[in-house]
Amino acid sequence: MASDPNHDVFDIVIVGAGFVGLALARALSVRSQGNLTIGILDRTEAVTSSTKSRPDARAFALSASSRYLLERIGVWSQISGDAQPVEKIQITDSPLDAGVRPVLLAWDNLLETGDPASFIVPSGNVLDTLSTAVDDDKTITTYRPVTIVSIGKTDCHHTITLDDGRVLSAKLVVAADGRSSPLRTMHGIDVVRWAYDQHGIVTTIAHSKPHHATAVQHFLPAGPFAMLPLTGNRSCITWSETTSNAERILAGDDTQFLEELDQRLAGRLGAFEVVGPRQSWPLSMHLARSYIADRFALIGDAAHGVHPLAGQGLNLGLRDVAALVDVVVEAAGLGLDIGRLDVLQRYERWRRSDTTLSAASFDGINRLFSNDVALLRSLREVGLGTVDRLQGLKDFFIGEAAGQAGELPMMMQKNVA
Amino acid sequence: MTTGTASRKNDSETNLDSDEVERFERMAKEWWDANGKFRPLHQIGPARLHFVRDQLVNHFNLSNTSPLQPLDGLKVLDIGCGGGLISEPLTRMGATVTGIDPGEMNIAIARSHCEGQDLEIDYRTTTAEALAETGALYDAVVCLEVVEHVPDVNAFVATCASLVRPGGSIVLSTINRTVKSYALAIVGAEYILRWLPKGTHQWERFVTPDELETALTKAGMRTTTFTGLVYNPLTDTWSLKADDTSVNYLASGTKPESAPTPS
Repeated sequence: MASDPNHDVFDIVIVGAGFVGLALARALSVRSQGNLTIGILDRTEAVTSSTKSRPDARAFALSASSRYLLERIGVWSQISGDAQPVEKIQITDSPLDAGVRPVLLAWDNLLETGDPASFIVPSGNVLDTLSTAVDDDKTITTYRPVTIVSIGKTDCHHTITLDDGRVLSAKLVVAADGRSSPLRTMHGIDVVRWAYDQHGIVTTIAHSKPHHATAVQHFLPAGPFAMLPLTGNRSCITWSETTSNAERILAGDDTQFLEELDQRLAGRLGAFEVVGPRQSWPLSMHLARSYIADRFALIGDAAHGVHPLAGQGLNLGLRDVAALVDVVVEAAGLGLDIGRLDVLQRYERWRRSDTTLSAASFDGINRLFSNDVALLRSLREVGLGTVDRLQGLKDFFIGEAAGQAGELPMMMQKNVA
Repeated sequence: MTTGTASRKNDSETNLDSDEVERFERMAKEWWDANGKFRPLHQIGPARLHFVRDQLVNHFNLSNTSPLQPLDGLKVLDIGCGGGLISEPLTRMGATVTGIDPGEMNIAIARSHCEGQDLEIDYRTTTAEALAETGALYDAVVCLEVVEHVPDVNAFVATCASLVRPGGSIVLSTINRTVKSYALAIVGAEYILRWLPKGTHQWERFVTPDELETALTKAGMRTTTFTGLVYNPLTDTWSLKADDTSVNYLASGTKPESAPTPS
């Protein structure tokens, strides 16, 4: 079968060349020192210099753990120039018309090592850099644009038939094909979803006052409003609104949009102008009922989507990547069949509790803050004010922001060869 | 000592208990079902392989091999290979493996399971005694969860050791004969948790580390390491624990380069 020129045999085939799919391909290659054969396919065209830098205002809050992973797979050095370290975090909680917004909670966002616990990175740069790294890696074979015609299974392989007639077989197929994951559906894995009556609005601004490497999260009654520092005097604004408000704000002209922003920025960053596109997404959360099946694993948005409030979506996806790499490479190093359910169960146990907990806590925080009842407000103030006085809890928050909580996969630890 | 009781059908030529062979033959179809009757063997698989790999890599100085084929070039004999649960991983790790088992059904399952996987394994329906007669020698002999099923441990270990080349290595695993192992391996695993079919083990046949060490020494081996294999009920996983050999444990030994063949 290996002699058939239209039949390619791999250890692992990854479906979906987005952030987590590309990162997984590289991480498997690096961690196995090129000893696993890897295929990756996507239904879209490859990123080329002509499609590069398509406008996307979104930015990621990358945790220190994610940074260590990106360092190991050789992409951090290209991203770091555009990565703004977040040295301080401030949280406030006020209605929109409050004259003063007292800071409820603030902390230095640094690890004990002095490394920043998180960075803000424009999303486009990350994707382009990952694509290039995968293209340059000779142990990874890329198929795009292709669509999957059918998937079959034997005792020891998955067989994927593509629309160009090619057949790929793999001991393990990984679905990195996004929140609506067709591969997940093909495997009959159900998803629990819940939608918020909220939209996320994202844009980029340039401003006259420096941001002092401080990320600010205002918990406004309609939902969180975040100013995330970018390099230079620029910030990424991510902002949750009720769906009806969001529609009104997005439908307005530039002057009206600036007014809406001005009201929320409250002069904090001085004079400003919008320098990126205005983008919007309905906010929802989802969790796959299972992350694995025989010879099959889900990662990233195919497995879970959390409220974007904490900017943790990519961090959680990269944790999936690093955990799956630990599980697969360690199993391969013991000569085990990497697609077996009993091997993959370790990945599911590891990631499912973490992502479910994250989804639940971000959901809880959002619900707690997204209302305007005076009683709840005072409770919130007591709650966060208490946190502010307790160093232990702050350390916990920093640990969470850095992605260092819980059992950390090898590739997310600092300074391990 | 742990020699079999009089009522058992012992084959003195081969040191087999035919009841034991039949019992495993009846379960053979389930060898590769991770949730079937052999689930415990799948569960202890990673920890056992960890020990086997590390012992062989250390003994044969294999640290420069590729990370996924650390046993590249080693000739290994897997005694009591069953459905191939250890033979397959050893082969993927780069070893050239011969797997032997007295059960025909086991060997048939083992052979059919590696078809389509690009694994070359020399599976044979035979006994350690018969193979030793041919004068075959291996770099390493692996014999996991077997000695607790044979009537005469000393004789069996001597046979296993005779298949190791001078300078080679042996790795064994078994269950200790303690009150704790009675509670866990018999009452717990077979009667309460139903991990194993009732009658899988006879506690009287379990082997203490001292007994195994004596058997290995008598067989001309130098024992190097005894390590426990312990279960964590919270994570439902097994791991190596050096100082706890009270229930499941592994042992490794080496044969001196210039030792006279023990009689």
